[in-house]
Parts: sequence; C-alpha cells; structure tokens
Amino acid sequence: MIRKVCFFVAILGASLLGFGQRVTLLNVSYDPTRELFQDYNAAFAKYWKVKTGQDVTIQQSHGGSSKQARAVIDGLDADIVTLALAYDIDAIADKAHLLPSNWQSRLPNNSSPYTSTIIFLVRKGNPKKIKDWDDLIRPGVSVITPNPKTSGGARWNYLAAWGYALRKSGGDESKARDFVSKLFANVPVLDSGARGSTTTFVERGMGDVLIAWENEALLGANELGKERFEIVVPSTSILCEPSVSVVDRVVDKKGTRATAQAYLEYLYSPEGQEIAAKRYYRPRSAAVLKKYAAQFPNVKLFTIADIAGDWKQAQAKHFADGGIFDQVYSANQ
Amino acid sequence: MASITLPNPGVLAASRAVQATTEQPWVRWSLIAIAVAFLGVFLFLPLAIVFSSALERGVSVYVGALREPDAMAAIKLTLIAAGISVPLNMIFGITAAWAIGKFDFLGKSLLITLIDLPFSVSPVVSGLIYVLIFGLQGLLGPWLAAHDLKIIFAVPGIVLATMFVTFPFVARELIPLVEAQGTEEEEAALTLGASGWQTFWRVTLPNVKWGLLYGVILCNARAMGEFGAVSVVSGHIRGRTNTMPLHIEILYNEYQFAPAFAVASLLALLALATLLAKTVVEWKARQQSTELQRMSGEAL
Repeated sequence: MIRKVCFFVAILGASLLGFGQRVTLLNVSYDPTRELFQDYNAAFAKYWKVKTGQDVTIQQSHGGSSKQARAVIDGLDADIVTLALAYDIDAIADKAHLLPSNWQSRLPNNSSPYTSTIIFLVRKGNPKKIKDWDDLIRPGVSVITPNPKTSGGARWNYLAAWGYALRKSGGDESKARDFVSKLFANVPVLDSGARGSTTTFVERGMGDVLIAWENEALLGANELGKERFEIVVPSTSILCEPSVSVVDRVVDKKGTRATAQAYLEYLYSPEGQEIAAKRYYRPRSAAVLKKYAAQFPNVKLFTIADIAGDWKQAQAKHFADGGIFDQVYSANQ
Repeated sequence: MASITLPNPGVLAASRAVQATTEQPWVRWSLIAIAVAFLGVFLFLPLAIVFSSALERGVSVYVGALREPDAMAAIKLTLIAAGISVPLNMIFGITAAWAIGKFDFLGKSLLITLIDLPFSVSPVVSGLIYVLIFGLQGLLGPWLAAHDLKIIFAVPGIVLATMFVTFPFVARELIPLVEAQGTEEEEAALTLGASGWQTFWRVTLPNVKWGLLYGVILCNARAMGEFGAVSVVSGHIRGRTNTMPLHIEILYNEYQFAPAFAVASLLALLALATLLAKTVVEWKARQQSTELQRMSGEAL
C-alpha cells in the first residue's frame, strides 16, 4: 500500500517537473483548427529542427474560443494563443495582463495570418431551397449555429447576419435587429463551440442549414460526404480574421519566446500559408491564394469595421450580458 | 408453528402480500416485458453499439486507437488519478466512518451532511471551485504562480477534482455498517487488553471488510469515469491533461468515431469488470452475514 502511494507520488513529481530537454510549446486554439495545426505542427517541428537543431513538441488544446481564452486567463500555460477573434485575445490582455494590449500590431495583417468567412452547409439537393441570408428567416427552416456567448465562430455568424441585414436596409439598425431576432427564432439548439454545431448538423442530422466557418463547411462537405451535403454561398458575408499571439508572461517564464515567436512567423511563410490553404483557410499570401483560388468561392466580403466598429464595441453592444443577442434570444423563448 | 393456529397480523399481512402478486398472468408478463424492453433499449443496446462501432473498422483500427500515444497518455492519467484518489478516499472513508459510527460528538450530523456534499453539488461546480481557488485570478493563484506551482490545468488539479467527486463513496458505504455493529466487540477487545490500534486492525476493520471493498469499487468506477469536474480543470491539453472520458470527447469531435468508441469500449469494459467485482463482493458479504447469524444462533 505505502509502496503504491510512493510510486504515484513519484509519477506526480515527474509530471510536475516536466520531461527532458526538448522545447515544448502549448498552442491553445479554437475548435475548427484541429486539422490545420495537426499538419502545421509537424511541418514546423521539421523546419525548426533543420534550422536550429532543437527538437520541438507542440501540444494542442481546442475548444470554443472564449472558453479557451477564459482558461488562459485562469492560468492555462499557453505559449501561443490562436483564437477565433481578436476580442478573445484582448480579454487575456485586459483581464490577466499576460500580454500587452498592443499585441495585434506585433505581426503582419493585424496578427491574423489567414482569414475565413461565413457560409452555409445544407443537405444534399438543398431541399429547403436556401440561397441567401433571407432564406434562413423563413418559417419552417431550422438553422444550426453555436452560442455567441462561448463560441467565436458563432459571433462571426451573428455579425455576418447582422451586417447583411444592416447593409441591405441601408443602415437601419431596427431592421437588422428584427432580422437576427427572426434568425435565432429558427435555431433549435445552441452548441458551445463551432465543432459541436457541425457534429449536431452532420452526425445527429439536426437542422436544414448550418451557418459555419468556410473552412469548417468545406471540411465537412469535402471530407465527411460530398454525397450528403452541399455548400451554399450567400451573396455577401463577413471577412473573419482569426488572430494569433505569443503569451508574453508565459514564454518569458518558460524561456520559450524565440521558438514561440518563430512558430507564429512561420505561419506567414509560403509553407505555412500553403498548409492553411489546404485546410481551407484563406491565405494572406496572394501567390498561395491564387494557387488555391478554385476552392474558395467568390463572396463579397465586408469587415467588422464596416458594420459594428471594432471588436470591443461589437462585444459591448451585441454579446455582453443584456446586449442585443440576449434581448432577441430571450424575447424568442 | 404457533402462527398456524393463531392468526396474527403477520400472517394476514403475508396472505395479503401473496394476493398482491397473484395478478393476472398477462399483467405479470407485460410488466416483465416492459422491464426487459427498457433494459434492452437503455442499457444493452447502447452497450452493443459502443462495441460494434468500436470494431466497425476492424481490429487493427481498434488496437491502433488504444496504442496511439495520446490515448496511452489519457489511459495513464486516468489510472494515476484513480490510483491516488481511491486510496486517499479509502483512508478518509475509514476514519470518517470510525469517528461517526463509534463516537458521539457535537456537530456529528453536520459532518455527515458535509460528507454528502459532493453528491449534491453538480460536478461542473466542483471543478469551478478549484478554478476559483487555484486559478490565476483565484484566491491562491498569484501565490502559486509566484512559486511556480501548477494545480489546475495540470495533474494535481485533475487528482483534486477526482477526489472531490468520489469523496463520499467509501464513507457513505461504511458509516451505516459501523453504526449497526455498535461498540460491544471493541469494548470486549479493550477489556481483554488490546491496544486501540490492535482493536482497529483485528476487530473493527475485519468486520467492515466487504463493505469497504464495495465502497472502493464504486469509488474507483466513478474516479475513472468522471467527466464534468475534470473537464473544467483539465485545460484539454492532449497527451498531458486529458483523461479517458475527455479523450473520447476529443476523438468524437474530430470525426474519429471508431477510435472514440474504441476508447469508450475500454471504459465500458471497466464498468463491466466493476459490476462483476461488485456482484462477487455482495455475494461474499451476504455469505459472511449468514455465517455470523448462524454462529450467533448456535451461541444462543
């Protein structure tokens, strides 16, 4: 008995001290990047070994973007955060001061190495004849989207719908509000993350249309069953800029800043951009985008600045407690 | 026997009880059919689906899913968490049952209520308690960070959360047992000159042996299967802070359904083994108590 306890205490000790000499980075990311970073981590480890001779292991944690930011704020030791939107990294800067508030200016393109947009996935043959945003608020259409309170993708979904209605009505906010209210009245279930919603739509067979990240929808359609699903591209949508940053307090404590920095910079390299494109993220590099142009549908994109100011304003107005999302969602219940 | 000639309330009650079960055969059979159908749909069918989905893509995928490094790490972490929390909760359960069952003191019922607390609190809340205490923004967080100690989002947090939710199992099992046995045997041992420690090892512990084992089995089953509390404090770092239930969720969310069910089937096998062990222990315990009754009958 005592020997057994000693043994477990020893294991516990070993796991606290960490293993060996190799550099280990923890990348805390959002839901749909699982496949992207699986590929990218392998490529970066190879690149880093050749460049510096150092072995690097990258550990991954995935979940709803805001949930992940919350975990980092509460002490999850992320060297790198790669989240769905800038606001979630802002939250880490504001609430825990683990990185400076000007983090977004430290890397090119607002620290957003790849972009995406929001499109629809429907069942084969498009039985409900869904063509554009207006079709989602028709009575009898069941819409799947995750919870904007916990999911970054869901906030992009919401803002894409809001932006569509706002721009269509020439800037009439009451019309936009009416539109999102009708949209969420058609949502039977709010999952906590984008991947949960995809599973609900694809595996559990709920809903007529899934509002999703372009990368998630393309992955779902191309790898889970071309014969079961179809992509529908709306007339306009939002330009999503998922953001990345080094977590300063963590890398300085662990002494991993150089590796973590290189990890993010490599995302902007031709190899990094190509891996992103292969996993259906829109690359920033014009050359790589051109090469993969065929897989990205042509959508007119507006930015968050066009329709809601910056993320802090959008968060306060739409997603904070008592914000517009809460108002329309509780009114629907 | 006397009760044949003297109709007493016991016999009346017994005859009524017999009448209560002499329903029409079709009533009885349909009740049995409902129970069996219910079991089939809610227990055997899911179990069958777990195993058939796990083996859907062949034995090599099944074995591969279990031998994959992240899965091995998850299995190891689950064993570590259970390996630490079960023995500690066993020690705690014995001491608590001993104190509550053998002594009278102020606040005893309050203590019993507190021991039950983890049963009445949602596991998610149990996990959040530790985030609020040990998290970076929590009560002890800044101090822990300054001293480079990791509790949550690391192995210690997972062990703590597991201990919290499995805390009452052994104690709940032992307290009624110890209380029912009273203190006569211990008093006899003491008058015969045994020390307190000897009394405990030779009298108290052997008396509750099977109850203790039963509690430990239940405790272990829950420790390995716990999802909610562990999910909150884990941080979901694959290969490092994922236990088996968390690993299953990750695999499922990555569309790797066969591997997800393979790991799930391992947990299910564990549950079946637990069930078997539980049945054996119950049977042994019953045997022991009839033995005791027989012996006390002979002594009279």
